[in-house]
Amino acid sequence: MMEQSKYLEGVEKKDLFAHGHRACGGCGQALAARLVHDAAGENTIACVATGCLEVFSSPYPDPAWRIPFLHSLFENPAAVASGVEAAYKALGKGPVNIIAQGGDGSTADIGFQCISGMFERGHNVLYVCYDNEAYMNTGVQRSSFTPYGARTTTTPTGNKTRKKNLPMIAADHGIPYVATATVDDFRDVQKKVKKALAIEGPKYIHILAPCPLGWGHPGELTVEVCRLAKDTGLFPVFEIVNGKVTNVRRIPVKLPVEEYLKVQGRFKHLFKKGVPTEEVAVIQEIANQNIERFNL
Amino acid sequence: MLKQIEGSHAVARVVSECRPNVISAYPITPQTHIVEELATIVGNGELEAEFVNVESEFSAASVVLGASAAGARAYTATTSQGLLLMSEVIYCIAGMRLPIVLTCANRAISAPLSIWNDQQDSMAVRDAGWIQLHAEDNQEAADLHIQAFKIAEKTFLPTMVCMDGFILTHAFEPVDIPEQKEVDDFLPPFKPKHIVDPRWPRGIGLFADPRFYMETRYILHRALEKSEETIKEVSSEFAKVFGRDSGGFIKTYKLKEADVAIVSMGSVVGTIKDMIDQLEEEGKKVGLLQICCYRPFPRHEVHKALEDKMNIVVLEKCISLGRGGILASDVRWSFPRAEKKDRNISSFVAGLGGRNISVDDLRYMVEKVEKEPAEFEFLGLKKELIAERDM
Ligand SMILES: Cc1ncc(C[n+]2csc(CCOP(=O)(O)OP(=O)(O)O)c2C)c(N)n1
Ligand code: SF4
Ligand SMILES: [Mg+2]
Repeated sequence: MMEQSKYLEGVEKKDLFAHGHRACGGCGQALAARLVHDAAGENTIACVATGCLEVFSSPYPDPAWRIPFLHSLFENPAAVASGVEAAYKALGKGPVNIIAQGGDGSTADIGFQCISGMFERGHNVLYVCYDNEAYMNTGVQRSSFTPYGARTTTTPTGNKTRKKNLPMIAADHGIPYVATATVDDFRDVQKKVKKALAIEGPKYIHILAPCPLGWGHPGELTVEVCRLAKDTGLFPVFEIVNGKVTNVRRIPVKLPVEEYLKVQGRFKHLFKKGVPTEEVAVIQEIANQNIERFNL
Repeated sequence: MLKQIEGSHAVARVVSECRPNVISAYPITPQTHIVEELATIVGNGELEAEFVNVESEFSAASVVLGASAAGARAYTATTSQGLLLMSEVIYCIAGMRLPIVLTCANRAISAPLSIWNDQQDSMAVRDAGWIQLHAEDNQEAADLHIQAFKIAEKTFLPTMVCMDGFILTHAFEPVDIPEQKEVDDFLPPFKPKHIVDPRWPRGIGLFADPRFYMETRYILHRALEKSEETIKEVSSEFAKVFGRDSGGFIKTYKLKEADVAIVSMGSVVGTIKDMIDQLEEEGKKVGLLQICCYRPFPRHEVHKALEDKMNIVVLEKCISLGRGGILASDVRWSFPRAEKKDRNISSFVAGLGGRNISVDDLRYMVEKVEKEPAEFEFLGLKKELIAERDM
């Protein structure tokens, strides 16, 4: 473990999203939102989807935001942000950073069409997905980002499908910048946000943001869980700049997926008396494919 | 300037003269000619605006929501399935008090699919917190848009201008399109109240727990009730400046002396007036009360205008399935309980899915209620198309 001062070196801390939010302890999404907006700076408009982030940060009368915050519905932040951007253009205002954002459910499922539309039309908007791999705000139901094998309240015997690959789908819209990141790497998240905001056009950043409540790990392990997701190959970290995959994070020492699965309650049923079931092999295969595909 | 012009194009012209900053829409018959014409106007540089070509009505509504929240004058148009697809955003726009203007080219709702006119679509969102104005003809449709922006921006209530699909949108009529300068003088630039802007970092769209939610609904309801004054004010100011009596709350035709009073809204009032003239020649006194503003509902005006009418017929192009006439309910509610006694208020639904409403249909309706009131009836139904078991 790095000592704390080193871990925070070069990390922007402006408290633009900070005081008094009501997220659970160790919430990856709260941390991610903070990193994203502190990197973006004061000249930013946040268009937020309904979901945990919105609920824990925007109760009337005391929201946790010190930048303008706009929430409308669960599935439309990308379209709302498109409208904000159009207004800025039409009124000759700006420049301003516009960040549309939502959870995995909002992004990959119900808001998918709005996001695709925003990408395709070429709005100068950064879309950030806080991926906690389920509908957390409504009580941990499955989304199309829920990984294979994970137990949610609507997949009580484990999820049978594989995670939708939105970064690649985003890139195939021909947008100039796509990146994935995990919330444990503060500098990497902020670097990518800054890089994205410096590029004109639609951008997509996908941040793995563990949810202690839904994943069943102790809050203090959120950072560790991210590291395991990367080092097993289950969550590849890379950028796609103008269609080319680049800056892939290489895994220093590859770990078996069991190490990742074992620390989380949502995968507990995949081990019978400590012995991995067939599903674990499937998950290992998914990791292997990622490792090969991205040369992790 | 008086121009022979298609209704949709007339609307597009005046909307353009209202100088919206952001327009976003998705094509759906019979709204298409409005947005095509606006796209042309923006495309050829006549209007400086952002025209956002979206992938659905849901996004169109969300785009204008975002644009309005960022301080832009924003406009969209739709109908039928498009309006229903927007409905979640429609409620949100009103709750956020964003003064967006929307044209609803009234059309029937699926299933079965029908692209033809009735007013079920705007009725489906009547409770959302929008002002709803109904045009009788294309001149009024054009005029109402100029008024709508002014009303919306004075009250911070979104405003929907309803015009009957095809019957108005696709009809060529002479329409007086005002000069740009006249519209500029009438409609000052939009001065938003709360906007998303880093210079004033505040939240729009926070969530309200049970300690706060109900008051927001009360305030919105009161705002709609109070918008009454603004709607009347703007309509009379419009009449003064442009010399045309468009909009307002209600209009009447030969109502004073009438024995039978017909209440209706939209383009069908033209046919009703023809019928009234015919019957007059035959010595029958029938009058019309036209609802120009459906929300807020002009309860007091309706009551006052119909106070001495004991035989009232409400004719509407929509239905609350399992209940009956919707406008009829509103009209019945306009009378204090004591005054409902001995007053006959008949309810007729007609013209659904584009079924023609003929003068003969209307004559039948009047003759029928002269004999006895009709609790609720479909007008112009083809009984031969209905199986015995479905009757
Ligand atoms: C149209 C609509 N459907 C469903 C909901 C209920 N809902 C609110 S938040 C949410 C889940 C959010 O999941 P996600 O986007 O992954 O965000 P998270 O809470 O996990 O951060 C759901 C299903 C809603 N608000 N609107
Ligand atoms: S449920 Fe999960 S995502 Fe939601 S606040 Fe708690 S930890 Fe964060
Ligand atoms: Mg989620």
